[in-house]
Amino acid sequence: MSSETLGNEIYTLRVNGQDHQVKDAWIGESLLYVLRERLGLPGAKGACEQGECGSCTVVMDSQAVCSCLVMAAAAVDTEILTVEGLGENGSLTDIQQAFLAAGGVQCGFCTPGFIVAVHHLLDSNPEPSDDQIRESLSGNICRCTGYGRILEAVKIVISQRGA
Amino acid sequence: MTTTHTVSTPTRAGTLGTNAHRPDGVAKVQGGFAFSSDMWSENMLWGATLRSPHPYAKIISIDDSAALAIDGVECVVTAQDVPGSPYYGLIMSDQPVFAAIGDTVRYCGEPIAAVAADHPETCKRALAAIRVVYEILTPVTNPQDCVSGIAPQIHPEGNVYRHQRIITGDQSIVGDVIVEGTYEIGMQDQAFLGLESALAIPDSGGEGLELYVATQWLHEDRKQIAACLNIPEDKIRLVLGGVGGAFGAREDISLQVHTCLLALKSGRPVRISYGREESFYGHVHRHPATIWMRHHADRNGKILKIESTMLFDGGAYCSTSPAVLINAITHTQGPYKCDNASVEGWAVRTNNPPCGAMRGFGVVQACFAHESQMEKLAAALGLSPVEIRLRNVMETGDRLITGQIMDSVAPVEQCIRETDAIAMPEPLLPNADIRQIPGGTGLTAQPGNIVRGVGWGVSMKNLMYSEGFDDYSTARCRMTDGVVSVKFATSEVGQGFTMLAQQIARTILGVDEVLLDTIDTQVGSAGSTSASRQTWMSGGAVKAACEKVLEDLFDHAALTFELSRDHVRIEETDIVDILSGRRIAVSEASKGISFDRTEEYHHPPTEDLDENGQGNCHVAFAFVAHRAVVDVDVELGLVKVVQIATAQDVGRILNPISVQGQVEGGIAQGLGLAVMEEIIVNDGKVRNPSFTDYLLPTFLDAPLVEMVLIEEFEPKSPLGAKGVGEPPCISVTPAIANAIRNATGRELPRVPIRPYDICL
Amino acid sequence: MRVAVLTPRSVDELVATLSEYPQASLLAGGTDLMVEVNLHGRQPGKVISLRRVEELHEWSHRTTQQTVTIGAAVPYSFMETGQIAELLPALAQAARTVGSPQIRAAGTLGGNLGTCSPAGDTLPVLAALNAVIHLLGPDGARDVPWPDFMLGVKKNCLEIGEFVHSITLPVVPGWQGYAKVGSRNAMVIATASTCLVRDTDEGLVTVALGSVGATIIRCTQSENWLAKTTSLRLGAQLDRTIAVEFGQRVASESKPIDDHRSTAEYRKHCVAILAQRLLMRSFE
Repeated sequence: MSSETLGNEIYTLRVNGQDHQVKDAWIGESLLYVLRERLGLPGAKGACEQGECGSCTVVMDSQAVCSCLVMAAAAVDTEILTVEGLGENGSLTDIQQAFLAAGGVQCGFCTPGFIVAVHHLLDSNPEPSDDQIRESLSGNICRCTGYGRILEAVKIVISQRGA
Repeated sequence: MTTTHTVSTPTRAGTLGTNAHRPDGVAKVQGGFAFSSDMWSENMLWGATLRSPHPYAKIISIDDSAALAIDGVECVVTAQDVPGSPYYGLIMSDQPVFAAIGDTVRYCGEPIAAVAADHPETCKRALAAIRVVYEILTPVTNPQDCVSGIAPQIHPEGNVYRHQRIITGDQSIVGDVIVEGTYEIGMQDQAFLGLESALAIPDSGGEGLELYVATQWLHEDRKQIAACLNIPEDKIRLVLGGVGGAFGAREDISLQVHTCLLALKSGRPVRISYGREESFYGHVHRHPATIWMRHHADRNGKILKIESTMLFDGGAYCSTSPAVLINAITHTQGPYKCDNASVEGWAVRTNNPPCGAMRGFGVVQACFAHESQMEKLAAALGLSPVEIRLRNVMETGDRLITGQIMDSVAPVEQCIRETDAIAMPEPLLPNADIRQIPGGTGLTAQPGNIVRGVGWGVSMKNLMYSEGFDDYSTARCRMTDGVVSVKFATSEVGQGFTMLAQQIARTILGVDEVLLDTIDTQVGSAGSTSASRQTWMSGGAVKAACEKVLEDLFDHAALTFELSRDHVRIEETDIVDILSGRRIAVSEASKGISFDRTEEYHHPPTEDLDENGQGNCHVAFAFVAHRAVVDVDVELGLVKVVQIATAQDVGRILNPISVQGQVEGGIAQGLGLAVMEEIIVNDGKVRNPSFTDYLLPTFLDAPLVEMVLIEEFEPKSPLGAKGVGEPPCISVTPAIANAIRNATGRELPRVPIRPYDICL
Repeated sequence: MRVAVLTPRSVDELVATLSEYPQASLLAGGTDLMVEVNLHGRQPGKVISLRRVEELHEWSHRTTQQTVTIGAAVPYSFMETGQIAELLPALAQAARTVGSPQIRAAGTLGGNLGTCSPAGDTLPVLAALNAVIHLLGPDGARDVPWPDFMLGVKKNCLEIGEFVHSITLPVVPGWQGYAKVGSRNAMVIATASTCLVRDTDEGLVTVALGSVGATIIRCTQSENWLAKTTSLRLGAQLDRTIAVEFGQRVASESKPIDDHRSTAEYRKHCVAILAQRLLMRSFE
């Protein structure tokens, strides 16, 4: 790309509590692209580039959003949380464990987006009904599981946390 | 009736029959699992493909000079850069790597050129700068014209991929009751989430390369790539990149050769990653089909004769159309006895998007027709949907319309009865939550507008490849100083084979830890991850390799520890001499040794069909029943699938949660075909290549699923288990259609059923 | 070309920045702009982010005038529940159907207005409630009533250098509701949509339609017919046959087309049913 198209600015993104500098970037790069291709955080996935699948879900300033629709250069001064930032020191969160135990992972492509979305859901609403779970996750598409085992995983966590 | 097979009840975690953990599970939930689109290499270039916007056109010229002049563009490749075979294909090599100057493009989206550049945005601009001059031709878009012959030839190999009849029994029979219909199945897309991606890394000398790719069959890919690149197969190492779902769409090659060509020309690693729109153009789809069927029955409802014509639109290139057609016509009768039949099937070439393998492989279309017919038969005879089917159920030992004897376990009656025994869902309450009713949060309906309907679908599905194809599998098992590792080329696409392989090795060898080697072409072919075959075939190969290693271990242990060779067994993690009672831990017995066994597993051979469609062309079959309950807002035509009840013939449950996942996932895909999924093609152009307009079922569309898994051990299967991947998506579609028909009284001969089909 | 996105911190700064770069793209949630970039080859030039313009993220309820004013950058998720939802239930219902939860956390009314698609989910609500759009530009502020704002498919009345500051909607005594038809139960672009507002004090009904014309359609003829035919005031009763005829009249005012999503015939049919049902609900 020509140096006209790539900027010579450096901008900083705060991801999982750490500052990352981004340089020589093109302004049209989405947050998803920058996370995956520049910051070494390939956990968020791209499956549609238009916010119709939720595979790219991250939490930004406490909101679960599609990172494919966030202009990376405009995400400065926000707190971004990706799937890589969830467990402490590489250990699994209860949600991640429940997804595994309940069979909620097959090909795994939708999984990071779901894990982040479920973390966000249960942080804001610790005891959602089944219908609330379904609606809150209606922006996350899974092509493999048919959602049954994923619902089960979320209910396991709710039950464990409530106990 | 379930027969119990004597396998020691599994108690040890991770063995066959347990909910073993996925070896890739932790990486997947942490976001660290490397899908092919996560692969990256130092000095890597990005690649992208230029595709034809026209469904049928002659290429007059291609000018890439403006593209090459863009800062950051490294190279462009076209047909003239293909050193070997210009064409590839699974059955017929008729598909160009790139359409060449002077030749024609035959579908909208056909690749013309590819570029390599420093950034995906540079690639986009480079593609926009390539000037192609086309002479636009009138596309052939009506498959019927290819049957009647009025369509011009659009390819030197002709417009007919396969034409096959099945004629059996007494053609003169006329039933007391005759029902017929013409059914249409729209073009469904596999729509796996893990978009196509490949990374090619050329060798420093340029004579070969390494290709990381998400695919269904490494060795078949390699064979085609080698032919196109004119490079020996042993100079091309294919490594399986993580696969984000397949469902048939990765059986044909898509970006493999393009990526390799760019890497070889530039001398640098190149990654091509498709976006969603390109993915819709870049892989084959399910065949749209028109099927006429006529059933003759006696007044007791016994099927006497079935007549059918089937027309499958294979689109621009052959892919697996001939095999899809054979699958369809040989499943005309469904899981029912039938002595007399006359079937004629066509798979033809048009300028519509190319079609090929998708989960169900032709049987989805045939089943929609025959289960719609069963509904009509039931109505004509005043019988319930359950009763009409029970009066016709197929059994082991029956002769199929191809003359083949059904020698698989065939618990069709049990599938139906078990499904029927599943409790119906609660009736819709007047104060039901809005998310439970048709229209959902769109707030269109209220309970007073809603009618409930119930419908049935029952199917059979062949397992493995057919018509003489030897789709064997290979596996290697090593035991070195107590450590067991298994190697295979089986594509893990999410179905859980790597987990199963570990379960097999743990069970047979009495170990807890089983390492998995890289999945690549450094071991023999495993065949394709498709046709519900890997549990049987690759499971069989892993079993065979492990058993050979076990024999080696027993030989060694008997000698070393003075055991009776003929009386040693594995019990949990010990070798036990059942004569003396002596017990040596496997870990002890395997110290300091090294065993290494590679085995192939072949299924019994099958035959081609003769000109009357007679031949033992399939290996084995599995059966399933579905009952659908739907709620319909009949004024607006909106549907909520409330519950799917199912009983599936699985042979043996090797991993309960895994089977459950396949059943629920398959049901969702069948639901998609029933009410929302279709690639809309007008005059050869795809109108909806995006997730805004190609609609997949969401969490709010998924029904409650109640399932019974019927374990009647299949003696022909190496593990007693049948493949479970395809059956769940096949008869659920007509079950839902039948339920909507039940609620509305409409004929609804076409899927996907649109709201306006229901209410206008 | 600088990569840095311009980030004004106040409305005044925004006006000044937009005056300096009138061709700049305004970026709020990004749910329309980034789709253009990702999928349709849009090459953004200057980008002005609205993230730090606090005023655009605020809303207020004027109790004496009984109006609600919502800043252009308030996300849909905020309108689904809470006080705004109580005051403007039809808006809350429409907001709930936009895209997915992730989209709703980012998408804004300003965005819906900037894009101005006939399928914009909240636009029928703005039309039925006679919203006033507050614009700001280099020449100052102007208030545009809804009918003057949307000019055609993806065409609005914004001049160069102007932006949407906020939207004012009345709090109407009575009943209001929204309904949207789509081909699956979540994440759909409307096949057809309808918003109906029944003002029980004034005895009026307004009804607006989405996805059935080049602009949002206010069915004034049907509204007038209804007001003349039956009482709409608090406590009145509604004959079902009137509701059915109302629906048919509404449908006849719609101008839908055939496209790959649906047919004109079905869309017309939908708005007839939706208008009928919403009207009947308003009397329950």
